[in-house]
Amino acid sequence: MLAYIVRRLGVLGVILFGSSFILYNMAAIAGDPIGELRLSNDPAAKQAIIDLTLRLQLDVPPPLRYFIWLKGVLGIFVGKADFGLTRDNMSVFNEISQAIPITIRLVTTATIVAIVLGIALGITSALRQYTRFDYSMTFFAFLLYSLPIFWVAVLLKQFLAIRFNDFLSHSTVHRNSVLLLSLLSAIFWGSIFSRVRKTFWITFVSAALGTASLLLFMNQLEWYTNPRLGPITVFIFSVGIAFGVTHLSVGLSNRTALYSSLTMAVLALVIYFPIQSLFTAQSTFWQMILLLIVTIAVATGVSFMFSRIDRGPLIRTTILTAFLSASLIIVDKYMRTWQFYLKEDAINYRPVPTIGQVSDLLPQDDYWIRTLDILVHLFLPTIALTLISFAGYTRFSRGTLLEVLNQDYIRTARAKGLTERTVIMRHAFRNTLIPLPTIIVVDFAGIIGGAIITERVFGWYGMGTLFNRAITGQDLNLLMGVFFLTATLSVLANLIADLLYSALDPRIRVGAGK
Amino acid sequence: MKFGRKKDLETTIESGENAIANKEVEGLSQGQIVLKRFLRHRAAVISLSAITGILLFVFSSLDMKIGPFHYRGWWKFGVDDLPELRYGDCPNGTVGCPTISLRPKFLGGAGIQLGQHPFGQDDIGRDYFALVMQGAQRSILVMVVIGIVAGFIGTVVGAVSGFYRGWIDAILMRFTDFIITIPVIIIGSVIGFHFGNLGILFLALYLGLFTWTGLSRLVRGEFLTLREREFVDAARVAGASNRRIIFKHILPNAVGVIIVSITLTMSGAILLETALSYLGFGVVAPDVSLGLLISQYQDSFTTRPWLFWYPGILIIIIALSVNFIGDGLRDAFDPRQRRQMTKKVRQQSTTLLNREAKSE
Repeated sequence: MLAYIVRRLGVLGVILFGSSFILYNMAAIAGDPIGELRLSNDPAAKQAIIDLTLRLQLDVPPPLRYFIWLKGVLGIFVGKADFGLTRDNMSVFNEISQAIPITIRLVTTATIVAIVLGIALGITSALRQYTRFDYSMTFFAFLLYSLPIFWVAVLLKQFLAIRFNDFLSHSTVHRNSVLLLSLLSAIFWGSIFSRVRKTFWITFVSAALGTASLLLFMNQLEWYTNPRLGPITVFIFSVGIAFGVTHLSVGLSNRTALYSSLTMAVLALVIYFPIQSLFTAQSTFWQMILLLIVTIAVATGVSFMFSRIDRGPLIRTTILTAFLSASLIIVDKYMRTWQFYLKEDAINYRPVPTIGQVSDLLPQDDYWIRTLDILVHLFLPTIALTLISFAGYTRFSRGTLLEVLNQDYIRTARAKGLTERTVIMRHAFRNTLIPLPTIIVVDFAGIIGGAIITERVFGWYGMGTLFNRAITGQDLNLLMGVFFLTATLSVLANLIADLLYSALDPRIRVGAGK
Repeated sequence: MKFGRKKDLETTIESGENAIANKEVEGLSQGQIVLKRFLRHRAAVISLSAITGILLFVFSSLDMKIGPFHYRGWWKFGVDDLPELRYGDCPNGTVGCPTISLRPKFLGGAGIQLGQHPFGQDDIGRDYFALVMQGAQRSILVMVVIGIVAGFIGTVVGAVSGFYRGWIDAILMRFTDFIITIPVIIIGSVIGFHFGNLGILFLALYLGLFTWTGLSRLVRGEFLTLREREFVDAARVAGASNRRIIFKHILPNAVGVIIVSITLTMSGAILLETALSYLGFGVVAPDVSLGLLISQYQDSFTTRPWLFWYPGILIIIIALSVNFIGDGLRDAFDPRQRRQMTKKVRQQSTTLLNREAKSE
C-alpha cells in the first residue's frame, strides 16, 4: 500500500513537472509582459522595462527561467516556498493565500448543498423509476447540464436579487404567486408520493392547502422582513425531525431510538431560552464549534442512557436529530438578526447583493450581523454553482441506486423478509454511496478551477479573479502559481479518490496486479 | 414433480420476457436494432429533429462565401449591414427593440408577424437576428470541430493503448494524465488570449487537442475488455492481423461507447466555447459567437433583455438537444440496459404468471 502511494506520488511529480514546464514555456512565448511598454514613447516606460526585466528576470530565456521558478516552488519542502513576484511587485504566495479561503468558502457551501440535494433527488427519482417524477427529474437534470453558468447568473441577479429586494419593500406575496406556488408544491409532493391515484390526490390537495395557508400566514406576520421560528415551531420541527430521522435510520418500531430522539427535541425546547443569552454580539466562530461539540456529547450521553443493546445505530440517530434541532435554533437566531441586518445603513432594506463577497460599509462589531452578511453574499453564487453541479450527482446516484437494486444481495435481503425501509436504507443506499466520494473529491478539485466564471460574474476576489488578472496582465508568475495549485489539487484529488474507493469497497485493491 | 413444475414456471416466465425482447430483434442487423431502439427514445428523436431543424435554419439564413461559390441567405440583413436604429415605439424609451410578435390580433396583440428586426437591434443598429444566426453558426462549427478532433485523438489513443497494452499503454496513459492536469479552461484562456485573432477554426482545433482525455480512457477500457473476448481469439487463431482485428472485430463493438462520448463531449464543447468567449479568451470581436453576444450585452439585461435572451436560449436548446441525443444513443447502444416494459407487456406477463400459478 505504502509502496503504491509512493509510486503514484512519484508519477504525479513527474506529470506535474512536465505540464508546468510546458505551460510555463507556452505562456512565456505567447505573452510578452513588456510588449505594451515597448510601444510607448514615454521616457518612464524605458525605466519600467528595465525594472521589470530585472525583477522578473526576463533576460533569462524561458526554459531556463522555468528552472529558477521551479527552484523557488520546490522550496515548499524546506519550508520556504517562493512562487516569485507579480508584476506589481507583490509576492504570488501571499496573493494566493489570500484568495484561497475566499474560493473555498464559495465552493464548499455549493458542493455540500449540491451533494445533499443531488443525492436526495437522485434516490427519490430512482425509487420512482419511470414515473412522471422520474421523467421530469431527468429532463431537469439535462436542462441544468446545458445551462451556461454566466447566463444563469445574470438571470439569478435579476430575478432573485433585484426582484426579491423590491419585494421586501412591500413584503407580501401576491395572491397569484400564492396560487402558483401552492400548485407547484402540490405537483412536486404529489408526484413523489404517488403510488396510487388516491394517495396522489390526497397529497396533492394537502400540499396545496398547506403551502397556501403557510404563505398567507407568513404574509399576515410580515414574516419576510421579520422572520422567526420561536420556541414552539422549533419544538414542532424538532419532533418532526426526530420522527423522520428515526424512521429513515432504524425504523419507528425501534421505540428506544424514537424516545431518545424525542428527548433531543424536548431538550431543544428546554434550552431554547437559556441559550439565547449565549448568543451575543461578541460570539465567535469557536463558540459555535464548542456548542456543536457539547450538543454531540449530550446526544451521545442521552442515547447511552436509553440503549442497552445495538448502541451504534441509536447513537447515530440521536446525534443526527440533536444536530438538526440545534441547527434550527441557530437558524432561528439568524432569522431574528435579519430585521436588524435590514436596518443597517449599509443594507437599507436591499439585502440580497448581486456582487461582492462582503459589504465593506457594514460595521464589524456584531458577530451575527457579520456572519449573516457573509451568508447573504454567498446566496446567489451558491445557487448558481449548485444548479450546475447538482445535476451530475442526481444522475449519478440515480444510476448507481438502480444498479444496486438489481444486485443479488438486495433480492436476498427482500427474501429474508426485511422491511422495504431496511432494504433501501441499509442495503441499497449505503452501497450507492460507495462510488460517490470519488466523484466528490474530483469535483471539488475541479470546481476550484471552474469557479473562475462564477467569481467573475459575482465579483468575488478568489482564485478565478487572480487567474483572470494573470492572463490579461501577462503575469507569468501569478499564472503559474494559480495553475500549480489547481493542478496539484486535481492530481492529489485523483489519488485520494482511488485510495478512498479501495478503502470503501473491499473488492477493489489498489496497486494490485502490477 | 413439484420441482419440475417450478422449473417450467421459470422458463415460461423467462421466455415470456425474453420472447418479447427477442421478437423485436429477430432478423435485424446491429444497425437496425440500434436505430429501432433509438427511435423509441422519444426525447432523443425530438432532439434530433430539433437540432436538424436548427442546423438547416441557422446555416441557410445568412450569406456565405465558400471558395468561388456565393450563397445567398434568405434573411435580408447580414452582420455587416447597418440599418437605421428604431426609435420611438419601444418600451421604456429604449432603442432597437424586437419586432417579433406572437400574440394574434384578436387577443389584442399586433398579430403574428416577424417585422423588420424580429430579434431587435444592437447598439449601433446591426440586425440582432443576423448576429444571433452568425453566432450560432460559429458556436456549432466550434462544437463539431471539437467533437471531430477530440473524438479522433481520443479513439486513436484509447484504442492503441487498450489494444497493445504494456509500455505503449503506460506511456499513452501517463500522457493522458498529463493533459488532464492542465484544466482546459486555463490552457484555453492562455492560448485564446494570445492567439484569439487567429480565428474560429484555430480555437476549435486547439480546444479539441485538450478535450479528448475522458473519451480516450473510456475507449481504452472498452478495448481492454473486448480484446479478451472469444471472438477476438477466434479471429487471431484464424490468422487475422492486428489491423484486421482492430478494425473489423473490436472497433465495431466499441463504436457505441465512442459515439456516445463524442456526443457528450460536443455538448460540453459548446458550453466551453461560450464560457471562454464570455471570459474574452475565446471568439473575439469583430467575430461573433453566442457566448460573446451574451458577454457583450449582459449589462443591458435590465433595459434591453432581448439582447440577452435570444443567444442564451439558443445555446440551451442546442446543448440540451445534443445531450438528449447522447442519452438516446447510450440507451440504443447498450443492450444491457433494460428498458421500461410497457403496461401491456407487463400485464401480459402477469396474467401468464397468474395462469401458471393457478394451474399449479
